[in-house]
Amino acid sequence: MKAFRNSLIICAAAIALMAGSAQAAGTWNRGANSDVQSLDPHKTSTVEEHNIMVDLFQGLVMPDKESNLIPGAAESWTVSPDGKVYTFKLRRDGMWSDGTPVKASDFVFAWKRVLDPKTGSEYASMAFPVLNAEDINAGKKKPEELGVKAIDDFTLEVTLKGPTPYFLEMLTHHAMYPVSEANVTKFGDDFVKAGNMVSNGPFTLAENVPGDHIKLVKNPKFYDAANVSLDAVNYIPTEDRAAGLKRYKAGEVDSMNDYPGEQLDEMKKELGDQVHMTPELGTYYYIFKTHKAPWDNPDLRNAISMVIDRDQLAEKVWKNSMLPGWSLVPPGVKGYTPPMMDYSTMGQLDREDAAKKVFDKLGISPSHPMKVEIRYNESENHKNTAVAIQEMLKPYGFDVSFVVTDGKTHYSYLEQKGDFDIARAGWIADFKDPVTFLNLGHTGDGNNYGEYSNKDYDALLDQAAVESDPTKRMDELSKAEAILVKELPVLPLLYYGNHNLVSPKLHGFADNVMDVHPSRFVSKD
Amino acid sequence: MLRYTLRRLATAVPTLFLIVTFSFFLMHVAPGGPFDMEKGIPPEIKRNIEHVFHLDEPVWKQYLDYVWNLVHGDLGPSYVILNFSVAELFRIGLPISAWIGSWAMVLALVLGSTMGVIAALRQNRWIDYLVIAVATAGSTLPTYVTAPVYQLIFGLLLRMTPVGGWGDGSFSHAIGPIIILSLPQLAIVARLMRGSMIEALSAHHIRTANAMGLSDFSIVLKHAFRGAVLPIVSYAGPAAAQLITGSIIVETIFQIPGVGRYFIQSALNRDYTLVMGTVVMIAVFTIVFNFIVDLLYAVIDPRVRYE
Repeated sequence: MKAFRNSLIICAAAIALMAGSAQAAGTWNRGANSDVQSLDPHKTSTVEEHNIMVDLFQGLVMPDKESNLIPGAAESWTVSPDGKVYTFKLRRDGMWSDGTPVKASDFVFAWKRVLDPKTGSEYASMAFPVLNAEDINAGKKKPEELGVKAIDDFTLEVTLKGPTPYFLEMLTHHAMYPVSEANVTKFGDDFVKAGNMVSNGPFTLAENVPGDHIKLVKNPKFYDAANVSLDAVNYIPTEDRAAGLKRYKAGEVDSMNDYPGEQLDEMKKELGDQVHMTPELGTYYYIFKTHKAPWDNPDLRNAISMVIDRDQLAEKVWKNSMLPGWSLVPPGVKGYTPPMMDYSTMGQLDREDAAKKVFDKLGISPSHPMKVEIRYNESENHKNTAVAIQEMLKPYGFDVSFVVTDGKTHYSYLEQKGDFDIARAGWIADFKDPVTFLNLGHTGDGNNYGEYSNKDYDALLDQAAVESDPTKRMDELSKAEAILVKELPVLPLLYYGNHNLVSPKLHGFADNVMDVHPSRFVSKD
Repeated sequence: MLRYTLRRLATAVPTLFLIVTFSFFLMHVAPGGPFDMEKGIPPEIKRNIEHVFHLDEPVWKQYLDYVWNLVHGDLGPSYVILNFSVAELFRIGLPISAWIGSWAMVLALVLGSTMGVIAALRQNRWIDYLVIAVATAGSTLPTYVTAPVYQLIFGLLLRMTPVGGWGDGSFSHAIGPIIILSLPQLAIVARLMRGSMIEALSAHHIRTANAMGLSDFSIVLKHAFRGAVLPIVSYAGPAAAQLITGSIIVETIFQIPGVGRYFIQSALNRDYTLVMGTVVMIAVFTIVFNFIVDLLYAVIDPRVRYE
């Protein structure tokens, strides 16, 4: 009898232990390369914050683990024939974490909030396709005039300014996610604090200690909670990449969303396929100030482009963490093939010969050198890239000097249309569509720092903006990019790569060009 | 003594005021603001956000608003770490930095002094050379070398402590940062103590004590030490202020959520209120610690008297 009782106790203890450890194993310790600015979906802007928002909230549509669009809070939708009116039917079982249902009025409230000038939202532009949105944000119209209406509790009608083929993709951005009207009305801006926040996603906010961790726990009220495997997710900021790598190796984090590029070779040897390097929808490029001589000459711009050995930049400077880039829009958008620079298929030596002919014609040589000033923002990799390019240009008679400033100074200068010859920039897509890149070349665009202007290019983009046939639209965009790639007002150098370290204990982590990994689809051994 | 204290307090306020004014205007000289970034925000939106944060007002008006709030104890909201006020960020981070900094100071003072005293007593013997060697290594090896080495050995190889993180401040998380942070100070304290101890031991009153037959122990600890410790006290004041407000390098590498990283991070981010907050914090700490040092001087050295 005693033996039986003892063995029962041991069994119970063993089960308790296993259950305890299973619960602990259900926590994904997720290394993030920077701290978070805010947990308010209407005030955040980085990729890392996007991942947290995707875990906490459900927009009308959401990304799946491959960043493809799936229904979210909306279970279905219809579009009017002229492409301007979207009618969304919300899930009846969509609930806020306090048990109240997610209503169409919550979306109306949230979109008015993101556009309200007093909110100071950086990504209010995500809502600009909606009728009157831009004017409301500029304070010219009242929020009541926004083209969004709650027909009933579960039907949301959205009226756009004009047909916007990529509108659904834009809705996956967290600026368009709902917030609980009751919650925000009660707490104001403090609704983001742990303990106050009510959210409708697969997870809720449990703790937020700046610089230490952000803890999310599974939301039992989520309509698909049965399929959510993890119990909790800890977002752990690790700014020092080398320290982050050590923590990953020690098992303190199960994944890292960046790693020290200079240790790539050792990492690959030691960690094998835990090291993920995949294309990202982002481009690293230099901008020419195209309205001043001699930079208004497309032949000069193309010749410089030909002389730059992008393979060497990608391999030697960036240790293969970036890929050579020959177009402004990186590959990876379904249905769109970016046109490449036509010399991209030539060998490097042939390119250099062709370039030399152009330089000879223009009278540039070591005996008649030309001064060039490159501006870039302070960073080891930007410096190495610029120095490599300086070396590549020197034999042809280019006397390259640098102006280096910190990030804020650099971008502030560019934004105020400061003078420069060549300036470094980067662009990561906000949503999966070529237009987020191509807008950079539109006359008058805020990010068109080189002040490039081409009527044909503008016309194609404007036409594509109202084109309802998706295939025709991609064709128009492609024609526009072909102009860009021929005239080269911006000099694409490299495509960004996503760098992730992923423990073999994690399943459901899929590499994708947007680097979004909803914790909802991830499980841990 | 009381008059001295009051006089010191009276000069502290204008000093602080000057520091705040100078820093505020210097900070606004740097181009760029908190909302300039790679992903250029559309200009209308940027203008709007700046209006929300009062950044579109003339600098002198922003300054006056800041000083008014400061006098009422309001350090303002962070422009970059939204939804947290500067005071809240300090409330979370300062105890952590102070904890690590204080222990590092204690370790440096106790261990460093001991090493210095032993070296002074055994001048030019092997133990003296060892202490000097350790001191030199400690003050020349930068923390961004010693910290990763510590992580590698104790975190990854020996698995004795975690590699990083604060984890509620348990001993295993804190010990690494404390040791690394104390090393450079330990080196300096050891050298200072050695030098001043040697000098103190050659003083007249020590020779008298020796002649009177007092024990070595009593001579060193009761008499020589009092004189020798003064340079350490001078040094320790500002050093303590620096340590307690956190070391950016140690906090970044060990991923400790202290206030040290705010010093540089906020400047690079142009987070104006946080920058000013850190300036005020370190100014206050420095003033306070310098004052404590001066008081300690009067206590330790009977020859020092203030009117």
